[in-house]
Amino acid sequence: MTGANNFSVSGYGPERAGWTRLFARDSLARRLDWPILLSAIALSMIGSALVYSATRNRTEINQGDPYYFLIRHLMNTGIGFALMIGTIWLGHRTLRTAVPILYGISVFLILLVLTPLGATVNGAHAWIVLGGGFSLQPSEFVKITIILGMAMMLAARVDAGDKQYPDHRTVLQSLGLAAVPIMIVLLMPDLGSVMVMVIIILGVLLASGASNRWVFGLLGTGALGAIAVWQLHILDEYQINRFAAFANPDLDPAGVGYNTNQARIAIGSGGLFGTGLGHGSQTTGQFVPEQQTDFVFTVAGEELGFVGAGLILLLLGVVLWRACRIARETTELYGTIVAAGIIAWFAFQSFENIGMTLGIMPVAGLPLPFVSYGGSSMFAVWVAVGLLQSIRVQRPMSA
Amino acid sequence: MTNIPETGRTPRVQIRLVVIQILVLSLLGTLGGRLWYLQIRNGDEYAKEASGNHVQQVVQPAVRGSILDARGVPIADNETRLVVSASRTDLLKMKDDGKAVLTKLAGVLGMKPQDVMEKVRLCDAKTPQPCWNGSPYQPIPITDEATTQQALQIRERSEDFPGITAEPEAVRRYAGPGKSNTAQVLGYLSPVTDDEITKAKDSESPYLRSDQVGRNGLEREYDKELRGKAGVTRYEVDNLGRVIGKAKADAAEPGSNLVTSLDSRVQRVAEYELNEAMKKARQQYDKITSEYYKADSGAVVVMEAKTGRIVAMASAPTYDPNVWVGGISAKDYKALTGKNSDYPLLNRAIQGQAAPGSTFKVVSTAAAVEAGYEWDGGYPCTSSYSVGGQVFKNFEGESFGPISLGRALEVSCDTVFYGLADREWKKDGGINPKKGEPKDYFFKAAHQFGLGKETGVDLPNEVTGRVPDRQWKENYWKANKDAWCKTGKKNGSYVEKIAYENCLEGNKMREGDEINYSIGQGDTLVTPIQEAVIYGAVANGGTMYTPTIGKAVVSPDGKSVKEIKPKVKGKLPVSKSTIKGMDEAFAGVVTRGTAAWKFGGWPQNEIPLHAKTGTAEVYGKQTTSWLATYSKDYTVIMTIAQAGTGSGASGEAVRNIYSALYGVAADGSIDKSKALLPTPQKGLPKIQKDGSIDAPAISKDPVKDLRAGETDDSGKTDQQLPAGTTPSPSGTNRDTRRRTARPKKRRRMRILT
Repeated sequence: MTGANNFSVSGYGPERAGWTRLFARDSLARRLDWPILLSAIALSMIGSALVYSATRNRTEINQGDPYYFLIRHLMNTGIGFALMIGTIWLGHRTLRTAVPILYGISVFLILLVLTPLGATVNGAHAWIVLGGGFSLQPSEFVKITIILGMAMMLAARVDAGDKQYPDHRTVLQSLGLAAVPIMIVLLMPDLGSVMVMVIIILGVLLASGASNRWVFGLLGTGALGAIAVWQLHILDEYQINRFAAFANPDLDPAGVGYNTNQARIAIGSGGLFGTGLGHGSQTTGQFVPEQQTDFVFTVAGEELGFVGAGLILLLLGVVLWRACRIARETTELYGTIVAAGIIAWFAFQSFENIGMTLGIMPVAGLPLPFVSYGGSSMFAVWVAVGLLQSIRVQRPMSA
Repeated sequence: MTNIPETGRTPRVQIRLVVIQILVLSLLGTLGGRLWYLQIRNGDEYAKEASGNHVQQVVQPAVRGSILDARGVPIADNETRLVVSASRTDLLKMKDDGKAVLTKLAGVLGMKPQDVMEKVRLCDAKTPQPCWNGSPYQPIPITDEATTQQALQIRERSEDFPGITAEPEAVRRYAGPGKSNTAQVLGYLSPVTDDEITKAKDSESPYLRSDQVGRNGLEREYDKELRGKAGVTRYEVDNLGRVIGKAKADAAEPGSNLVTSLDSRVQRVAEYELNEAMKKARQQYDKITSEYYKADSGAVVVMEAKTGRIVAMASAPTYDPNVWVGGISAKDYKALTGKNSDYPLLNRAIQGQAAPGSTFKVVSTAAAVEAGYEWDGGYPCTSSYSVGGQVFKNFEGESFGPISLGRALEVSCDTVFYGLADREWKKDGGINPKKGEPKDYFFKAAHQFGLGKETGVDLPNEVTGRVPDRQWKENYWKANKDAWCKTGKKNGSYVEKIAYENCLEGNKMREGDEINYSIGQGDTLVTPIQEAVIYGAVANGGTMYTPTIGKAVVSPDGKSVKEIKPKVKGKLPVSKSTIKGMDEAFAGVVTRGTAAWKFGGWPQNEIPLHAKTGTAEVYGKQTTSWLATYSKDYTVIMTIAQAGTGSGASGEAVRNIYSALYGVAADGSIDKSKALLPTPQKGLPKIQKDGSIDAPAISKDPVKDLRAGETDDSGKTDQQLPAGTTPSPSGTNRDTRRRTARPKKRRRMRILT
């Protein structure tokens, strides 16, 4: 493969510094997908305002500093932004070659979670505590690894021109590659992440052009697996309640039912324009649990109203819409698959996260991309943005 | 890459990408739709839920206004008790939900820790009493009987007792000044019910869950004025109930004070004398029933004749109104209202009704004058009056020859009224009156005197009494004829015969009915308060006043005074000269008539008294005694059920009440310094800005003070009867006479009364 050499495609000499090239006229900057970039920045900024509003009174977690979470959210966004630049710098094709290393690191990290180093938050043993108030959720990075790994395997023969579609053997191998980390995450158990990963696999398989049998087979296996999990009592009771209570809060009025109910009240009471940032009684009164992370959308619903919450949906729509264009326009299958994986990831995670606050999806511990507070998640989505940009920047110009 | 066509991909992948795109957009669309549904369509609903979520009310109860007597002596007020309360929200913030604090508190209060914790827990379907029924944000009272010592311990070590308060709080108290009781007039309070809260929700004075509501008597009649307005502070709270802001605060407004026309001292005397009279009656032997008089209930009303203001009102049997304070126990409640109780909650002065007996002749006399009979005409007072083979005898077969209406009233000559009523009955067309309106002077007069409907006294649940006129007979017959006609037999048993008669003509005014009615026997029912209005009107020259107890509603700071003025209810349908005639006749009753044997030695020249006695028959029971009296300023009505004649049962008692009012000693001398109320109380007691009241001191027991200079008073009074006064009626003669003379009439009456 051509690797990093393609960076010079715009005609600038390799002697130029990276930064200069990035912002030079008629070059990389022009090829960047600005709508995605601006939307992602906007979402992160809205997110920081919402996180601030949700945490400024929570003295029991903000260590007495109302700006504690705001500052960290902005820091995370900054780090994420840097990671995005780094990703563009390296390019998705370079990363393709680094897949084995990345894969190894991620599997190592999630295995580490299972050791005593791991920490449990909300019933999911999914964190590694780093100290100093920082912690890592490796399953977020596994999502990227799976996308890159599967895309590498599935696209290898096709991009080489050997085949029109990935054959069964390749598909099987790629599924095996994804299965290992998924099984480990399932052990944590971090069901929300597992769900996202399964959807990512679905998106990847669809975009790879793999036989329909695989797509439907995966859907069928997923359904059967869900039934098996339910029937064999693999899940803890609290997890079953979480699934059932979103539709009927009375099933678990003190637990998940309470969450969904309060979330719905918060959003519903927002009306058209909301109560104004910092003036939501549900938010100020801390009636909604996990409001800076999983339930951050309720702050938008209550304090910014239909207009503000709708804007978040719109911005997410812009990101996804542009991502779809990138997936369709790039000429190499590898880029298409990576983009499709990211689309499946963002779309499902957003739908699940917002859907649970609106009471149409079961409650699962998933952050809202860009908006929710959380370092690992923030880093992962910005890396994904970097990948999308890289695919767009590096696609062969169809002049 | 070179092998890849320019389009970059196969159609399969292209199509699938489009599918993904559509899927993604539809997911976003779904979210948008749902968002619109929640925020725009159902937004108001959720906004309401949200506000209910985070606002909690804390109520500071308003201090209930006092009920004062005419001189400002409190009859119902509030006493301060030390109430120890626990705040649940504070307790729940502790690691062990406050268990340690409550255990320590139990130690200080000398209670079991278990009991304290049970008082603080919230009531629900599974939790039995004791538990807290009110708002969890309201401090929960643990005891209202803490000692100062205990309260101090809790307050001084407040850091040891977080969430626990020991505050003085106002609790209702019925003071009973001077041993007066006034129970039925005051009424009582009990906690508000859910129904009342819902009903009054949108009214001007909504209830709070912690409210006590007046249930009877003055407490109920003036509840709105006395209650005041509780203070409500609305706090914004977070999900743990921690207060995050004060939303709205309304300070509590204490209730107004009610100044009444009652005089605690006279009230005490009235209660004491009523009780004494009943006790004495029980020692009297009733020859008709061959047992001692039961004297099971009675009432006395002392009213200002010129205003209708009630000075005293007593009802027996009675009870201690303080049993209601702090919640009545099931046992006490049963004793007051159960089947085996003597219903002491009834205020028999306004809720007890009985045939008026001869006290009714004031109405009949007025009716006769109205019908055109001359006052001074000679009406034969024969020893008996015969109608269609029936003989209606006069009192002990006495005869006075032809006498005037006034004299007939004075000597209570039954046959004069029989004759007049019978003539009117015949004039009206007899048993089948003509199509035209019968004149019915005797019944019309009763209505004009205010009988058959409430007097409008400012007490709840007054009863109407009854005038057994044609209309009533018709209604009564309609309601009962089916039963009568079913059981009635012409030649059957006693009861069956009456039923047969009633079935045939129970709807008609029969000759005997009207004759009986003219002397206050039969189906007529009056209440003591109705009699008070009538005799008060005779006393003041003909004006009937609506009786009132409330005299003024005074704001807690004494600034705003809302006077309750005497209300004229109507005029007696009699001329001035007739009233003068009646007045003389009633004075004669005291000096030489049926009451004279109890009023010997009374200083009639200084304090002229007027009276009319009455003895009413009740089927299956001993006779009801009535004594209606008045002086220049007061009307005193006493009635005792199953106690014989009016003068015999109540004569001394009523005399003693007048003695107390005017300061008359047993020998008839007047000592003005001893007079409790020689003229009605004018003006209102002064209430200071700070709420304190200028009230005169009241002795421990006014009755004892009055008796201080006397020894063995009652016995003496009897023996001092001057010779030559009317011999004492035995209290049984009336019944004896009727039972023998008119068996047929009696029977019919028995069923109806």
